[in-house]
Amino acid sequence: MRRFLSVLVGLLFLGSILAGNVWAKNKIVIGFTMSQTGKLNAESKDQFDGLKLWQDWVNSKGGIYVKALGKRLPVKFVYYDDESSKDRVQQLYVRLINKDGADFLISPYSSGLTASAAIIAEQYGKVMVATGAASDSIFNKGYTHVFQIYTPASRYLTGSLDLLKALDPKAKRLAIIYEQSNFAKAVATAAKKYAEKKGFEVVLFESYAKGTTDFTSFLNKIAAKKPDAIIGGGHFTDGETFAKQLYEQRIRVKLVSLLVAPAVPKFAEIGKAALYVTAPSQWEPKAKYSKEAAQRLGIEWYGPTADWFVREYKKRYGEAPGYHAAGGFVAGLVLQKAIEDAGCLDSEKVVKALEKMNIMTFYGAIAFDTGEYYGRQKAHEMVYLQWQMKNGKLVKEVIWPESAASAKPVYPYYKKY
Amino acid sequence: MKRGYTLFWLVPFLLVISLYPVVTKSVIARETVFIILMYVSLAASLNIIMGYAGYVSFGHIVYYGIGGYVAFYLMHHVGVRLVPAMLVAGLFSALMALAVGEAVLRLRGAIFAIATIGVNEAIKSLVTNLSFLGGATGMFFNFKIYRAYGGAAKAIWYAYYVMVAVTLITVVVSYFIKTSKFGLGLFSIREDEDAAFVLGVNTKRFKSLAYAFSAFFPGMVGAVFFFKAGNIEPEDAFHLVKSIEMIFMVMLGGYGTASGPVLGALIYERLKGMLLVNPLFKNLHLAIAGFVLLLIVLFAPGGLVGYLRSKFRKLRGVLE
Amino acid sequence: MEAFVSALLNGVLLGLAYGLAAIGLNLIWGVMKVINLSHGAFIALGMFASYFLFHSFGLSPFVSVILVLALGLVVGMVAYFIALHRVISAPELSTLLSTYSLSLIIIGVGTFVFTTNPRAIDVGLGSLHVLGTYIPAAKVLTGVYSLIFTVLLYIFLYKTWTGKAIRAVSMNRVAAEFMGVNTTFILSLSFGIGIALAMVAGALIASVFPFTILSGGVYELKSFVICVLGGLGSPLGALVGGLVLGLLENVLTLKMSVGYVPFIEFLILVVILLVKPSGLLGKE
Repeated sequence: MRRFLSVLVGLLFLGSILAGNVWAKNKIVIGFTMSQTGKLNAESKDQFDGLKLWQDWVNSKGGIYVKALGKRLPVKFVYYDDESSKDRVQQLYVRLINKDGADFLISPYSSGLTASAAIIAEQYGKVMVATGAASDSIFNKGYTHVFQIYTPASRYLTGSLDLLKALDPKAKRLAIIYEQSNFAKAVATAAKKYAEKKGFEVVLFESYAKGTTDFTSFLNKIAAKKPDAIIGGGHFTDGETFAKQLYEQRIRVKLVSLLVAPAVPKFAEIGKAALYVTAPSQWEPKAKYSKEAAQRLGIEWYGPTADWFVREYKKRYGEAPGYHAAGGFVAGLVLQKAIEDAGCLDSEKVVKALEKMNIMTFYGAIAFDTGEYYGRQKAHEMVYLQWQMKNGKLVKEVIWPESAASAKPVYPYYKKY
Repeated sequence: MKRGYTLFWLVPFLLVISLYPVVTKSVIARETVFIILMYVSLAASLNIIMGYAGYVSFGHIVYYGIGGYVAFYLMHHVGVRLVPAMLVAGLFSALMALAVGEAVLRLRGAIFAIATIGVNEAIKSLVTNLSFLGGATGMFFNFKIYRAYGGAAKAIWYAYYVMVAVTLITVVVSYFIKTSKFGLGLFSIREDEDAAFVLGVNTKRFKSLAYAFSAFFPGMVGAVFFFKAGNIEPEDAFHLVKSIEMIFMVMLGGYGTASGPVLGALIYERLKGMLLVNPLFKNLHLAIAGFVLLLIVLFAPGGLVGYLRSKFRKLRGVLE
Repeated sequence: MEAFVSALLNGVLLGLAYGLAAIGLNLIWGVMKVINLSHGAFIALGMFASYFLFHSFGLSPFVSVILVLALGLVVGMVAYFIALHRVISAPELSTLLSTYSLSLIIIGVGTFVFTTNPRAIDVGLGSLHVLGTYIPAAKVLTGVYSLIFTVLLYIFLYKTWTGKAIRAVSMNRVAAEFMGVNTTFILSLSFGIGIALAMVAGALIASVFPFTILSGGVYELKSFVICVLGGLGSPLGALVGGLVLGLLENVLTLKMSVGYVPFIEFLILVVILLVKPSGLLGKE
């Protein structure tokens, strides 16, 4: 028995050595961490689902075409749980690069974790496509291998203000509220700057703690300032709660624009409270980015259509995709395009391809900054949606910019009371 | 007090682990060992107040966060280099502990534990509101900062060596505290504080000093960790879960012993590292950790070292 | 003025629910000298129990709360025998850690099963128009229910034999044992009641606010502050503490930045522990 066991152990050992030393390049390994546990789990999972759909899509065609090898290589994922915490992100990325032989990296979800992972990517000269990370501040730090998919925080809410100006030039009083998180603060600060430049009067600029569930008195305080519009927010739970309590207290404002929450399909669960709430979104199923639009602008169209993405996603996961999922899919798509353009798996050549990239996908335009904010997304635009009532059902409609709109905005918000 | 032979194997043992990544030039090993060392140092320093003096500092991570913030601020805004910034951070943490300890060390048992949670949460919330520390966004290094250390790749190795030094010092100091008269005083406080006081132990001073020591090292560890991480934000710096992980490691190894926290941290990190990357368990590692902790608390409250010491009398000289 | 009235009303209603959540923690501390670190996890469990009864059987949280109470009692007593019975006389560290490991297990399995996706129960009862402000009916019901449960607990503790036995054990476990009280049963029952109250509070809060499997943590920390305010170990003190916290959160924010609220709360926690550890109402 003992002899048998030792032989077995020996064989396993040998096997593991051999398995680690197979060198013929027969697949492209993409590594990342996701938040399988902890507070970022929900968003991270959507992002992962989108990414997974991309993997299956590309592998169903035989993989990514690599010119230098003259063949298609299938994509393999290696990923670990980062527990929504910075503790282990660097360790896991080092492991992904060195042990799992990741050729390319995709960022974790959230700006904070991405910032930590970026250092490792940079240190080993690995390309990292950052999705689910909207912060600008990662991109003026001198990195040259990190490329952003999301429209950065600095341009998140500016469209809401343009929208308000277009709808009602007399509406001047603005309340900006934000959750105490990296992302929300960056967005709110940028929005305030933009608002002041555009002649708005910011009557309230205040943050609330993470995990806040009771906005009752905060709302009273906001109401006392008599703002025309309330913009800001944080992540899903707080945004949804805020919208719900805003409605319950019948606050009379003309425009409500909240981050993240209204863009998630689940937002409809709060019923009438969701009605007429607007939100910036990285992408909406109804946003009209098409081959024809790309041709008109004279840029290359790449990847599947929005219809295909929505259909396949629904088929697979039983729900409509939000922008986190789209961001995941497109992260893979951008990497695929860059590898095809570069014609090889060499990181530096892929970087060159990314620098030059200027494409249109179902998610919108993609091009990267190469100046002070190297790698920051510069072409992709936010769309602005509003929850409206159609045939007795709550639906998300794109209302801004006009060129992408699927419906007319309903104004003012308090019309529903 | 008579000293045993623990340090004669503990220090070489740590050295071997620390040198392994250097000799093999393996960066994966370096990342793993870095985290192990970080935990060893955190657990060993928590053990001073928790294991020796019997005061369960539940929010102990606050000193790691404070140290991290002080050092990060100095490096980012003032341009101080890692080692001096780290020393300032450690001292600052220790001073904070003296001040906080002046108040909370008057409490005992579970009340003290809750108060320390309160301190951690209050400071986290305060930092989140302070704009000169970046508020909720925290602070980000410019990648250029690593140039002073010869580029990011070298900087991370540099951070590693500093962590090795900090850990060794923590372990040695905690051992000498345990085997000194000071340590004896602390143990008397743990067993019966009132009796200790009556017998002439200056309990107040002993406790404050122990608390300061146990805050000094986490302050330095925080400095090194966030230097390597490249950014710092309140959520990561004052993460209560990490605080509880520290307690877990001390318990796992055996609280009140000098070698226990070292072994506890080592086992905990290997266990967790394995669970995290194991396809079968990676979704359930939290629950498994809970289960293991429950088993230890229920059936082996002395931890690994406590168990070995009670089973094998001969080991007592080498497992202190 | 309107804002102030609204803040008062909301503060009281919410304070009652916070108080109910904290009573569970306080009862367990009072009787067993155990700080129950799985408190938050059980609050979250109560939220999910209510959520599933609502979505699978269409039971309103205000009906199913009775089921949650019964469930909590059973789960709590079982949990006592699994995690606490063996270490009930050990130093506090052991019980802190054993209850914490319970929490790890619940949260770990909960994250796996439910993910951290936020959920909400929309009871759809609309808002009431009171004194010039709108208050959701669910919130009013939550406040009323919390009050009822508190009164019931009071009657149980002071008027029934078992309740008196619980109080006897909390005063002196050894003496109670000599008097013929089955302390093991009483301890497990107390833990069961404490957990049941936590879960009930969770179920009620779930009808007002959205939640995730991790939401319990916030209420657990609030419960600490409340217990300390009202005096550790005093179940009725917790109600007072809850009211104080509810009012504080609502009235204070009218005057100062909302972001500072947690800081103020925890500062209060530390200061009260230092200055008057018996709580606001406690004797010197």
